[in-house]
Amino acid sequence: MIWLDTLAQGILLGGLYALFAAGLSLVFGIMRLVNLAHGDLIVFAAYVVLMGVTLLGLSPWIAALAAMPLMFAFGWLLQTAVLNRVLGRDVLPPLLVTFGLSVVLQNGLLEAFSADSRRIPTGLLEGASIDLGLVTVGVMPLLTFASAIVAIVALNGLFYHTALGRAFRATSDDAVTAGLMGIEPKRIFAAATGIAMVVVTIAALYLGMRSNFDPSIGPARLIYAFEAVIIGGLGSLWGTLAGGIVIGVAQTVGAAVNPEWQILSGHLAFLVLMLLKPRGLFPRAVD
Amino acid sequence: MLLETRDLTASYGQFRALFGVDISVDAGECVAIIGANGAGKSTLMRAITGVIRNEPGMVLHRGEPIGALSSARIMQRGIAMVPEGRRLFPSLTVEENLLIGGQARKAPGPWSLETVFDLFPILRERRKSPGTALSGGQQQMVAIGRALMSNPELLLCDEISLGLAPVVIRDIYAALPKVRAGGTAIVVVEQDIGQALAVADRVYCMMEGRVTLVARPGEVTRQQIHAAYFGEAA
Repeated sequence: MIWLDTLAQGILLGGLYALFAAGLSLVFGIMRLVNLAHGDLIVFAAYVVLMGVTLLGLSPWIAALAAMPLMFAFGWLLQTAVLNRVLGRDVLPPLLVTFGLSVVLQNGLLEAFSADSRRIPTGLLEGASIDLGLVTVGVMPLLTFASAIVAIVALNGLFYHTALGRAFRATSDDAVTAGLMGIEPKRIFAAATGIAMVVVTIAALYLGMRSNFDPSIGPARLIYAFEAVIIGGLGSLWGTLAGGIVIGVAQTVGAAVNPEWQILSGHLAFLVLMLLKPRGLFPRAVD
Repeated sequence: MLLETRDLTASYGQFRALFGVDISVDAGECVAIIGANGAGKSTLMRAITGVIRNEPGMVLHRGEPIGALSSARIMQRGIAMVPEGRRLFPSLTVEENLLIGGQARKAPGPWSLETVFDLFPILRERRKSPGTALSGGQQQMVAIGRALMSNPELLLCDEISLGLAPVVIRDIYAALPKVRAGGTAIVVVEQDIGQALAVADRVYCMMEGRVTLVARPGEVTRQQIHAAYFGEAA
């Protein structure tokens, strides 16, 4: 029974990692940009939500909803003002710029909010759980997982059933020819980063409600997100969820064996899967 | 004048590909640009569509300079391109490839998904297939249909017969009169002189980045074309 519980916890934890990873996956898929500041952007968004809760007295859900358009605008500006200038044939400049952005964000947050760890208050929800018969699961992990599913369904719907999604895929295939179709690749990239920041806000909400955070924890979230994307196979959001679940289950199983092994076993699972499936679980046919 | 280039030059880094090219296209006209490999025909198309940048005054659309505009802005003015090598989007189905051509600009005109399917009926059957799963000729039909979806004023066709069987080339060229009937001017870039002369009102011949001959198909001899094409007295 305890193992079944552990497994259920791990799967639900995978939802959180999938939320961390979805924005990263989206941006990489469309513009081949590896955003090294992705984890710090999640932490940044968590502080934005926290401000809504503490300064304006909003509930965390409303604060996150209010933060979404702000984060979309922030993503749009970031792409237009900074990242579009460094995207090109050379992969190094965007890596350096996003690495720099990561440093700036961490230090900016440290300056503004200090190194104290904070948490988005949730009231009773935090300890609530549901008995599902075989296993008992926390309401918060269940909500996280459900949100990951909703986010992935919504993103896939956007990708495959809207004109914007068609432009995303076309630009990802061939930006020059997309330009000949009247599509401005740079505006498409700005929209993509804006949407990624909306997903980042959802990830930030659950990050901040489920555990303490401080300005320094971004890079570790980036690693989990990366591992989830790579395990899943680049370009598949359902694969990213599967990757998140692999890491989540490995971590909870590791922690059940020995609490010190939680993080390590997640990384080990990643290494083992890379040895067995170097292109990930669900690789895209063309790449 | 629908489109005009004035003393157009273009380079790839140190390599100069065009040396002062002057061409013009009137509304509704069909112009052919012929020349051997490396004559600068595709470079000319890339310069007109903004894929490679040029000086602002060198390309004029309806008298206005468009050289400083992005490809997307140029397309939105009504200049659609069938690029060399077709360049369909592999992630998109046939239908999506067509739809994306009319997404950023949809002028009033005869072309829609249905009329493109009427023009190339085979595409209606293959509408749900990935664009790149089609044969070369069918892909070329998608590329032409995709460019028509915006109801352009001017259709630029870059080497639409390249690598295709003669019977397929005939089918594709048979579509061009229907495109003209819809009011669209056409520029066909060709290595195949026979095809070009059969459809064009006027022919430009290019060699080594320069225009070597401008003529009406009926008023020019094979020898003159041969000399302009290969640069030798025949």
